[in-house]
Amino acid sequence: MRFGVVVFPGSNCDYDCFYVLRDVLGQEVVFLWHGDEDLRGCDCVVLPGGFSYGDYLRTGAIARFSPIMSSVRDFALSGGVVLGICNGFQILLESGLLPGALLPNRSGRFICRYVFLRVERTDTPFTLLFAPGEVIRIPIAHYQGNFFLPQDELSELERRGQVLFRYCGPSGEVEEAWNPNGSANNIAGIVSLNLCVMGMMPHPERASEELLGSTDGRRIFLSVVKWLEEKRHARCGA
Amino acid sequence: MKYCGKVVVTLKPGVFDPQGMTIRNALHALSYREVEEVETGKYFRVTLEARTREEAERRVREMCDQLLANPVIEQYTFEVQEIR
Repeated sequence: MRFGVVVFPGSNCDYDCFYVLRDVLGQEVVFLWHGDEDLRGCDCVVLPGGFSYGDYLRTGAIARFSPIMSSVRDFALSGGVVLGICNGFQILLESGLLPGALLPNRSGRFICRYVFLRVERTDTPFTLLFAPGEVIRIPIAHYQGNFFLPQDELSELERRGQVLFRYCGPSGEVEEAWNPNGSANNIAGIVSLNLCVMGMMPHPERASEELLGSTDGRRIFLSVVKWLEEKRHARCGA
Repeated sequence: MKYCGKVVVTLKPGVFDPQGMTIRNALHALSYREVEEVETGKYFRVTLEARTREEAERRVREMCDQLLANPVIEQYTFEVQEIR
Protein backbone atom coordinates (compact mmCIF):
# COMPACT_ATOMS: atom_id res chain seq x y z
CA MET A 1 0.00 0.00 0.00
CA ARG A 2 1.18 3.50 -0.73
CA PHE A 3 1.04 6.09 2.05
CA GLY A 4 1.60 9.81 1.63
CA VAL A 5 2.76 11.97 4.52
CA VAL A 6 2.02 15.65 3.94
CA VAL A 7 4.78 18.09 4.82
CA PHE A 8 3.62 21.58 5.79
CA PRO A 9 6.02 24.31 6.85
CA GLY A 10 6.22 23.60 10.58
CA SER A 11 5.26 19.91 10.50
CA ASN A 12 7.51 18.06 12.95
CA CYS A 13 6.09 14.54 13.17
CA ASP A 14 6.33 13.94 9.42
CA TYR A 15 9.56 11.93 9.66
CA ASP A 16 8.24 9.89 12.59
CA CYS A 17 5.20 8.86 10.55
CA PHE A 18 7.37 8.20 7.49
CA TYR A 19 9.78 6.08 9.56
CA VAL A 20 7.04 3.99 11.19
CA LEU A 21 5.29 3.35 7.89
CA ARG A 22 8.44 2.48 5.93
CA ASP A 23 10.91 1.04 8.42
CA VAL A 24 8.64 -0.48 11.06
CA LEU A 25 5.75 -1.60 8.89
CA GLY A 26 7.48 -2.07 5.52
CA GLN A 27 4.99 0.00 3.57
CA GLU A 28 5.62 2.17 0.55
CA VAL A 29 5.53 5.81 1.64
CA VAL A 30 6.22 9.18 0.05
CA PHE A 31 6.29 12.73 1.33
CA LEU A 32 3.69 15.04 -0.17
CA TRP A 33 4.73 18.71 -0.29
CA HIS A 34 2.09 21.21 0.84
CA GLY A 35 2.63 23.34 -2.26
CA ASP A 36 1.89 20.47 -4.66
CA GLU A 37 -1.52 19.25 -5.68
CA ASP A 38 -0.60 15.73 -6.77
CA LEU A 39 -1.34 12.97 -4.24
CA ARG A 40 0.94 10.68 -6.29
CA GLY A 41 -1.41 7.75 -6.29
CA CYS A 42 -1.43 7.30 -2.51
CA ASP A 43 -3.98 4.97 -0.95
CA CYS A 44 -3.87 6.80 2.37
CA VAL A 45 -2.88 10.37 3.23
CA VAL A 46 -1.44 11.18 6.66
CA LEU A 47 -1.54 14.75 8.01
CA PRO A 48 1.18 14.68 10.66
CA GLY A 49 1.56 16.60 13.90
CA GLY A 50 3.54 19.77 14.38
CA PHE A 51 2.95 23.48 14.14
CA SER A 52 1.97 24.06 10.54
CA TYR A 53 2.46 27.71 9.58
CA GLY A 54 3.58 28.39 13.14
CA ASP A 55 0.00 27.94 14.40
CA TYR A 56 -0.58 31.48 13.09
CA LEU A 57 -4.16 32.75 13.40
CA ARG A 58 -5.46 29.41 14.75
CA THR A 59 -3.97 25.91 14.71
CA GLY A 60 -4.50 24.44 11.25
CA ALA A 61 -6.22 27.57 9.92
CA ILE A 62 -3.63 28.44 7.28
CA ALA A 63 -2.61 24.87 6.35
CA ARG A 64 -6.17 24.32 5.28
CA PHE A 65 -5.61 26.61 2.29
CA SER A 66 -2.46 24.82 1.05
CA PRO A 67 -2.70 23.57 -2.53
CA ILE A 68 -2.33 19.97 -1.31
CA MET A 69 -5.39 20.34 0.91
CA SER A 70 -7.80 20.88 -1.98
CA SER A 71 -6.61 17.53 -3.37
CA VAL A 72 -6.88 15.93 0.08
CA ARG A 73 -10.42 17.26 0.35
CA ASP A 74 -11.45 15.77 -3.02
CA PHE A 75 -9.69 12.52 -2.09
CA ALA A 76 -11.51 12.36 1.26
CA LEU A 77 -14.91 13.18 -0.18
CA SER A 78 -14.54 10.38 -2.72
CA GLY A 79 -13.77 7.83 0.00
CA GLY A 80 -9.99 8.10 0.24
CA VAL A 81 -8.50 7.25 3.62
CA VAL A 82 -7.14 10.28 5.50
CA LEU A 83 -5.56 10.20 8.95
CA GLY A 84 -4.94 13.45 10.82
CA ILE A 85 -2.76 13.28 13.91
CA CYS A 86 -2.61 16.15 16.45
CA ASN A 87 -2.01 19.22 14.26
CA GLY A 88 -3.32 17.08 11.40
CA PHE A 89 -6.57 16.68 13.36
CA GLN A 90 -6.69 20.45 13.86
CA ILE A 91 -6.27 20.93 10.10
CA LEU A 92 -9.11 18.48 9.35
CA LEU A 93 -11.40 20.43 11.69
CA GLU A 94 -10.48 23.78 10.17
CA SER A 95 -11.04 22.40 6.68
CA GLY A 96 -14.50 21.18 7.67
CA LEU A 97 -13.74 17.54 6.84
CA LEU A 98 -14.52 16.75 10.49
CA PRO A 99 -16.82 18.67 12.86
CA GLY A 100 -15.69 20.62 15.91
CA ALA A 101 -12.78 22.70 17.17
CA LEU A 102 -9.86 22.19 19.54
CA LEU A 103 -9.47 24.69 22.37
CA PRO A 104 -6.48 25.18 24.67
CA ASN A 105 -6.17 22.48 27.33
CA ARG A 106 -8.22 23.11 30.44
CA SER A 107 -5.04 23.29 32.52
CA GLY A 108 -3.60 25.98 30.26
CA ARG A 109 -0.49 23.82 29.94
CA PHE A 110 1.20 21.81 27.23
CA ILE A 111 0.72 18.13 28.12
CA CYS A 112 3.11 15.45 26.95
CA ARG A 113 2.47 11.97 28.40
CA TYR A 114 0.96 8.56 27.82
CA VAL A 115 -2.83 8.31 28.10
CA PHE A 116 -5.29 5.43 27.99
CA LEU A 117 -7.83 5.38 25.18
CA ARG A 118 -10.96 3.31 24.79
CA VAL A 119 -11.66 2.11 21.25
CA GLU A 120 -15.31 2.90 20.64
CA ARG A 121 -15.87 1.08 17.35
CA THR A 122 -13.92 -1.38 15.29
CA ASP A 123 -15.68 -1.27 11.92
CA THR A 124 -13.56 1.57 10.56
CA PRO A 125 -10.38 1.56 8.43
CA PHE A 126 -8.43 2.72 11.49
CA THR A 127 -9.58 0.25 14.14
CA LEU A 128 -10.14 -3.10 12.38
CA LEU A 129 -7.45 -4.78 14.46
CA PHE A 130 -8.80 -3.78 17.86
CA ALA A 131 -11.44 -5.39 20.04
CA PRO A 132 -14.57 -3.35 20.82
CA GLY A 133 -14.00 -1.38 24.03
CA GLU A 134 -10.30 -2.30 24.10
CA VAL A 135 -8.10 0.01 26.16
CA ILE A 136 -4.88 1.13 24.47
CA ARG A 137 -1.93 3.32 25.48
CA ILE A 138 -0.73 6.11 23.20
CA PRO A 139 0.96 9.42 24.14
CA ILE A 140 -0.45 12.90 23.67
CA ALA A 141 1.67 16.02 23.19
CA HIS A 142 -0.35 19.17 22.76
CA TYR A 143 -1.38 22.54 24.14
CA GLN A 144 -4.63 22.66 22.22
CA GLY A 145 -6.47 19.35 22.32
CA ASN A 146 -9.61 20.24 24.22
CA PHE A 147 -12.30 18.99 21.83
CA PHE A 148 -15.30 21.28 21.61
CA LEU A 149 -18.65 21.19 19.84
CA PRO A 150 -21.85 23.04 20.77
CA GLN A 151 -24.11 20.72 22.79
CA ASP A 152 -26.63 19.96 20.03
CA GLU A 153 -23.92 19.11 17.51
CA LEU A 154 -22.10 17.05 20.12
CA SER A 155 -25.23 14.97 20.69
CA GLU A 156 -25.53 14.52 16.94
CA LEU A 157 -21.88 13.36 16.71
CA GLU A 158 -22.51 10.82 19.48
CA ARG A 159 -25.78 9.64 17.99
CA ARG A 160 -24.09 9.00 14.65
CA GLY A 161 -21.35 7.00 16.36
CA GLN A 162 -18.54 9.22 15.11
CA VAL A 163 -16.48 9.03 18.30
CA LEU A 164 -13.61 6.61 17.76
CA PHE A 165 -11.39 7.08 20.83
CA ARG A 166 -12.09 8.38 24.34
CA TYR A 167 -9.65 9.21 27.12
CA CYS A 168 -10.19 6.70 29.89
CA GLY A 169 -8.66 4.92 32.86
CA PRO A 170 -6.66 1.67 32.68
CA SER A 171 -9.85 -0.39 32.82
CA GLY A 172 -11.71 1.72 30.29
CA GLU A 173 -13.39 4.06 32.77
CA VAL A 174 -14.50 7.12 30.83
CA GLU A 175 -14.44 9.58 33.70
CA GLU A 176 -13.53 13.20 34.21
CA ALA A 177 -10.50 12.14 36.26
CA TRP A 178 -8.99 10.56 33.13
CA ASN A 179 -9.70 13.50 30.86
CA PRO A 180 -6.30 15.17 30.33
CA ASN A 181 -7.38 18.32 28.53
CA GLY A 182 -11.07 18.98 29.16
CA SER A 183 -12.36 17.46 25.90
CA ALA A 184 -16.14 17.16 25.62
CA ASN A 185 -17.24 13.60 26.51
CA ASN A 186 -13.54 12.63 26.86
CA ILE A 187 -13.25 12.64 23.05
CA ALA A 188 -9.72 11.92 21.76
CA GLY A 189 -10.51 11.01 18.16
CA ILE A 190 -13.42 11.13 15.75
CA VAL A 191 -14.26 9.75 12.33
CA SER A 192 -16.21 11.14 9.37
CA LEU A 193 -19.66 9.85 8.49
CA ASN A 194 -18.24 7.80 5.60
CA LEU A 195 -15.67 6.40 8.12
CA CYS A 196 -12.72 7.28 5.88
CA VAL A 197 -11.44 10.45 7.55
CA MET A 198 -10.12 10.20 11.09
CA GLY A 199 -8.60 12.79 13.39
CA MET A 200 -7.01 12.11 16.76
CA MET A 201 -4.93 14.08 19.25
CA PRO A 202 -2.77 11.15 20.51
CA HIS A 203 0.28 10.20 18.44
CA PRO A 204 0.14 6.59 17.18
CA GLU A 205 3.50 7.04 15.42
CA ARG A 206 5.10 7.49 18.85
CA ALA A 207 3.67 4.20 20.09
CA SER A 208 4.71 1.86 17.32
CA GLU A 209 7.78 0.14 18.75
CA GLU A 210 8.37 -1.88 21.91
CA LEU A 211 11.41 0.26 22.62
CA LEU A 212 9.20 3.33 22.98
CA GLY A 213 6.87 1.74 25.51
CA SER A 214 3.82 0.76 23.45
CA THR A 215 2.96 -0.76 20.09
CA ASP A 216 -0.74 0.08 20.22
CA GLY A 217 -0.31 2.91 17.72
CA ARG A 218 1.13 0.52 15.17
CA ARG A 219 -2.19 -1.30 15.00
CA ILE A 220 -3.92 1.85 13.80
CA PHE A 221 -1.62 2.00 10.77
CA LEU A 222 -1.87 -1.78 10.29
CA SER A 223 -5.66 -1.55 10.39
CA VAL A 224 -5.48 0.90 7.50
CA VAL A 225 -3.19 -1.48 5.58
CA LYS A 226 -5.57 -4.39 6.15
CA TRP A 227 -8.62 -2.33 5.23
CA LEU A 228 -6.98 -1.14 1.99
CA GLU A 229 -5.88 -4.67 1.11
CA GLU A 230 -9.38 -6.02 1.65
CA LYS A 231 -10.81 -3.24 -0.46
CA ARG A 232 -8.32 -4.00 -3.21
CA HIS A 233 -9.13 -7.71 -3.14
CA ALA A 234 -12.83 -7.02 -3.22
CA ARG A 235 -12.30 -4.82 -6.27
CA CYS A 236 -10.14 -7.37 -8.07
CA GLY A 237 -12.52 -10.19 -7.25
CA ALA A 238 -15.53 -8.31 -8.55
CA MET B 1 -11.08 54.19 -2.70
CA LYS B 2 -9.04 52.86 0.14
CA TYR B 3 -10.74 51.48 3.22
CA CYS B 4 -9.62 50.18 6.55
CA GLY B 5 -11.51 47.32 8.21
CA LYS B 6 -10.99 46.89 11.94
CA VAL B 7 -12.00 43.39 13.00
CA VAL B 8 -12.30 42.06 16.54
CA VAL B 9 -12.68 38.31 16.99
CA THR B 10 -13.75 36.94 20.39
CA LEU B 11 -14.72 33.55 21.73
CA LYS B 12 -18.43 32.76 21.80
CA PRO B 13 -20.03 32.86 25.24
CA GLY B 14 -19.31 29.67 27.16
CA VAL B 15 -16.18 28.76 25.19
CA PHE B 16 -13.29 28.08 27.54
CA ASP B 17 -10.71 30.88 27.62
CA PRO B 18 -7.70 29.89 29.77
CA GLN B 19 -5.74 33.00 28.76
CA GLY B 20 -8.54 35.25 29.98
CA MET B 21 -8.66 33.37 33.26
CA THR B 22 -4.91 33.56 33.76
CA ILE B 23 -4.88 37.29 33.00
CA ARG B 24 -7.76 37.84 35.43
CA ASN B 25 -5.80 36.00 38.14
CA ALA B 26 -2.75 38.14 37.40
CA LEU B 27 -4.85 41.30 37.73
CA HIS B 28 -6.13 40.01 41.07
CA ALA B 29 -2.53 39.45 42.13
CA LEU B 30 -1.87 43.11 41.26
CA SER B 31 -4.76 43.84 43.67
CA TYR B 32 -7.31 44.81 41.03
CA ARG B 33 -9.81 42.90 43.12
CA GLU B 34 -12.75 44.49 41.31
CA VAL B 35 -12.00 42.57 38.10
CA GLU B 36 -14.70 39.99 37.49
CA GLU B 37 -13.84 38.64 34.10
CA VAL B 38 -11.27 39.05 31.34
CA GLU B 39 -12.02 37.96 27.80
CA THR B 40 -9.24 37.63 25.25
CA GLY B 41 -9.65 38.05 21.52
CA LYS B 42 -7.85 39.00 18.34
CA TYR B 43 -7.63 42.27 16.49
CA PHE B 44 -7.01 42.63 12.75
CA ARG B 45 -6.64 45.76 10.69
CA VAL B 46 -7.24 45.07 7.02
CA THR B 47 -6.49 47.75 4.47
CA LEU B 48 -8.26 47.21 1.17
CA GLU B 49 -9.28 48.78 -2.08
CA ALA B 50 -13.02 48.93 -2.85
CA ARG B 51 -15.40 51.00 -4.99
CA THR B 52 -17.84 51.76 -2.19
CA ARG B 53 -18.05 51.46 1.55
CA GLU B 54 -20.74 48.77 1.14
CA GLU B 55 -18.44 46.72 -1.04
CA ALA B 56 -15.62 47.07 1.50
CA GLU B 57 -17.95 45.89 4.29
CA ARG B 58 -19.13 42.93 2.27
CA ARG B 59 -15.56 41.88 1.50
CA VAL B 60 -14.43 42.19 5.12
CA ARG B 61 -17.44 40.13 6.27
CA GLU B 62 -16.50 37.43 3.76
CA MET B 63 -12.92 37.44 5.08
CA CYS B 64 -14.21 36.99 8.63
CA ASP B 65 -16.49 34.12 7.64
CA GLN B 66 -13.87 32.35 5.56
CA LEU B 67 -10.69 32.82 7.55
CA LEU B 68 -10.41 35.37 10.34
CA ALA B 69 -12.93 33.68 12.67
CA ASN B 70 -13.80 30.04 13.25
CA PRO B 71 -17.61 29.95 13.47
CA VAL B 72 -17.55 26.89 15.74
CA ILE B 73 -15.97 28.82 18.62
CA GLU B 74 -15.64 32.46 17.64
CA GLN B 75 -17.71 35.55 16.85
CA TYR B 76 -16.63 38.81 15.29
CA THR B 77 -17.47 42.46 14.94
CA PHE B 78 -15.93 44.98 12.57
CA GLU B 79 -16.10 48.52 11.36
CA VAL B 80 -14.97 49.92 8.04
CA GLN B 81 -13.57 53.41 7.59
CA GLU B 82 -12.53 55.25 4.49
CA ILE B 83 -8.87 56.20 4.42
CA ARG B 84 -8.30 59.65 2.97
